[in-house]
Amino acid sequence: MTISTDSTIQVKRVPLVAPGETFESVTEIVSKPMEMKLPSWWLITFCVAISGVLLLKSMLAYLIWEGIGIWGLNNPVGWGYAIVNFVFWVGIGHAGTLISAILFLFRQKWRTAINRFAEAMTIFAVICAGIFPGVHIGRQWLAYWLFPIPNSMGMWPNFKSPLLWDVFAVSTYFTVSLMFWYVGLVPDLATVRDRAKGKIRQMVYGIFSLGWRGSNRHWQNYEKAYLLLAALATPLVLSVHSIVSFDFAVSQLPGWHTTIFPPYFVAGAIFSGFAMVVTLMVLARQLFNLKALVTIGHLERMNQIILLTGMLVGYAYGMEFFMAWYSGYQYETFAFINRATGPYAWAYWIMVSCNVISPQLFWFKKCRTSIPIMFVVSIFVNIGMWFERFVITVTSLHRDFLPSSWGYYSPTWVDVCTFIGSFGLFFTLFLLFLRFLPVISIAEIKNVMPEADPHHGEDH
Amino acid sequence: MNEILLAEFSNPNKLIKAAEALTDCGYTTYEVYSPFPIHGMDDAMNLKHSKLGWIVLCGGATGLLTGFFLQTWVSLHYPLIISGKPFFSYQAFIPVTFELMVLFSAFSAVFGMFALNRLPQHYNPLFKSSYFRKVTSHGFFIGIDSNEKGYDREKLRDLFGTLDVKYIEIIEDTE
Repeated sequence: MTISTDSTIQVKRVPLVAPGETFESVTEIVSKPMEMKLPSWWLITFCVAISGVLLLKSMLAYLIWEGIGIWGLNNPVGWGYAIVNFVFWVGIGHAGTLISAILFLFRQKWRTAINRFAEAMTIFAVICAGIFPGVHIGRQWLAYWLFPIPNSMGMWPNFKSPLLWDVFAVSTYFTVSLMFWYVGLVPDLATVRDRAKGKIRQMVYGIFSLGWRGSNRHWQNYEKAYLLLAALATPLVLSVHSIVSFDFAVSQLPGWHTTIFPPYFVAGAIFSGFAMVVTLMVLARQLFNLKALVTIGHLERMNQIILLTGMLVGYAYGMEFFMAWYSGYQYETFAFINRATGPYAWAYWIMVSCNVISPQLFWFKKCRTSIPIMFVVSIFVNIGMWFERFVITVTSLHRDFLPSSWGYYSPTWVDVCTFIGSFGLFFTLFLLFLRFLPVISIAEIKNVMPEADPHHGEDH
Repeated sequence: MNEILLAEFSNPNKLIKAAEALTDCGYTTYEVYSPFPIHGMDDAMNLKHSKLGWIVLCGGATGLLTGFFLQTWVSLHYPLIISGKPFFSYQAFIPVTFELMVLFSAFSAVFGMFALNRLPQHYNPLFKSSYFRKVTSHGFFIGIDSNEKGYDREKLRDLFGTLDVKYIEIIEDTE
């Protein structure tokens, strides 16, 4: 029997790079923000961001001078803004690793337009995160006690504590993310070097591009290194937020002592990080005219991930309540009823509306592809995820087992200013990145263009 | 005197065909330069697999052992009684062991790659060619060193002529 073909269906995928672009024009588009005259919006936002850094510095100086009594911590609530902000910033960072590593392993080619951007966000967010545990210890000059450094007192850290695991997890995460980012940058720094007009520019980019010249023997080892780093960063990012959740889950406090915490924290981290990428990307592609490379299709895919992870987070909220009831443990039940109806109910319902309800808009293609809607939703998600950490930390602590140990926590102006200042630091670093480094991976995005295929143009 | 024959091709398709032709003629040490890695080029150049995986394996094993023994030694050398748990609580040592394994593997992946590629290498005769600069943007080149066995400038010119070469440049490296 022979099968005859009556008709052929051609499935055409939407191109990842807008049609009509060439290798040369891609280089031009990405190099433009580094080579154009400094735009005035950049200078203005940079000044605002730098004042945030000054605010952060003065708040930290005041803290080190005066002690943590200037924060709003009280007797039942011994963990406040410092831990909330730490988890918030670390979580934001996780989207960068997800995009650069996990999506790379899954061969999701659309990631090439956003991975550099998201990785930069990771590094800056982890820098902001690292400040908070560093200063919350009270006697900041003894921060080196966190590390196993031989000292004249013969003292060593306690390796059975999740807080120490966290030190290793976060510092490893930062180091690996930085190396991953830098390895990705090397070929692009060489592009900037080769285009540089000035001597100083040529030298600085020349030094950091290490003499890269696109040799295929180099590319071979380079691609291997990139693959291995992606394979290492994938379990790393899952471990980091799992360990962050152990800070809570390993304690015996109702509201914290749950086994759902590691996956729940990881989903929340990716959720918040993607929201931050969308917030920043919507602005950057507009201001730097990157629309040919970061298409609406890229943003739509990110919104789909926000919808998915938002529902994972919503599931975790529901499951926590179910387990509190199903366990039959009255303190656990109380902790959750108190969360939704107690003095912090306002924070709980802000969290639920921002994280569970607002992403539901992304079921509709119109909303997923609308720039204003996605911008607003991404801001809501950022707010909601900050409140999630606030709810977990504060509502679980503020009513202890005995009513004599009940209290109410409110932040002081120092808490609030330190948090605002951390945004200043984040945006300062981010603006420097936008101006001085290629915001899109030039070498990687060329690889997903049809012209990059060595069989392109041949007859099939 | 040493020289490098630098030939430019207009796209990855022609570049890979030229590399295949050179390999077929028995050339082995020539180098291909492109703005991004080209799929199938390793086979066209007949390159062996990268050795990096083995380096990373050693790095990871070192990190794993370092992490585990560091914690074991510290916990026995500086015994802390925490909730009555044994000093050697290997279950609690897993997170830090894992993190150090990842850290050491990542270091060996990055620095191993630099070492295999002999980077940083800020000097190379090719950087003297202003024409070669577009290699990091949209240029596709093949460079053959005159040390290559069977190097003959004219023969290569003829060969590349049949392969639709775009431009040929000779870079002379004199003492």
